Amino acid sequence: MELSEQNVKKQRPVHLDLQTIRFPATAIVSILHRVSGVIMLFAVGVLLWLLNASLKSPESFQYVQSLLDSFLLKFVVWGILTALGYHLLGGLRHLVMDTGRWEELASGKASAKAVFVLAIIFSILAGVWVW
Amino acid sequence: MVTNAASFGRSGVHDFIMLRASAVVLACYTVFLVAFAAFSTPLTYEAWHGLFAALPMKVFTLLALIALLIHAWIGIWQVLTDYVKCVSLRGVLQFVFVVTAFAYLASGILIVWGV
Repeated sequence: MELSEQNVKKQRPVHLDLQTIRFPATAIVSILHRVSGVIMLFAVGVLLWLLNASLKSPESFQYVQSLLDSFLLKFVVWGILTALGYHLLGGLRHLVMDTGRWEELASGKASAKAVFVLAIIFSILAGVWVW
Repeated sequence: MVTNAASFGRSGVHDFIMLRASAVVLACYTVFLVAFAAFSTPLTYEAWHGLFAALPMKVFTLLALIALLIHAWIGIWQVLTDYVKCVSLRGVLQFVFVVTAFAYLASGILIVWGV
């Protein structure tokens, strides 16, 4: 039997206590980066529709502005801006990590938390702007 | 060598570079456009129409949509290969998302063309 096979078959302690298992901040940053990216793929459809209407004529520009007065579209635009800000910050963190920085556990966790804080601040600013 | 027909680039390294290059273009475009909309208050039709009537902005918009196609293609591929284990479903979803991104590019060309 191969050594690697022996290692796999060895009895290992199993920890599946779902009450105490927590995703680390770095994992949450990663999954939210994916979620926000997929959300924005749908969002671009909405944004292109708005862009088309806003550029067609002064009347349709007015129409887009009146649409932006409704709560629903305000909420959608705020959601898009929040996803965009978060994805952008997470992406910048990735670019820094590509240069070999923030790759240790402590710095990785710290930068993940910094992304959360900055994304929340940006989301609040976006909300103030939209409303 | 393992090759994957559904990924965008010729190799993982190619995907890695293309993902980041397209990200830089998209970051520049979104930061510029959000800043333009935020700092020109109130945003008038003249200012908005004038912005997109300029050739550099049309080019910038189309660059962003090409970058979006590349970025979405690779990003969706990464997400689907991780979570969708059924190969035929993954293929269909990859097809739908890539076609959607191409449709965005085509729409963008038509939208800024006549401005």
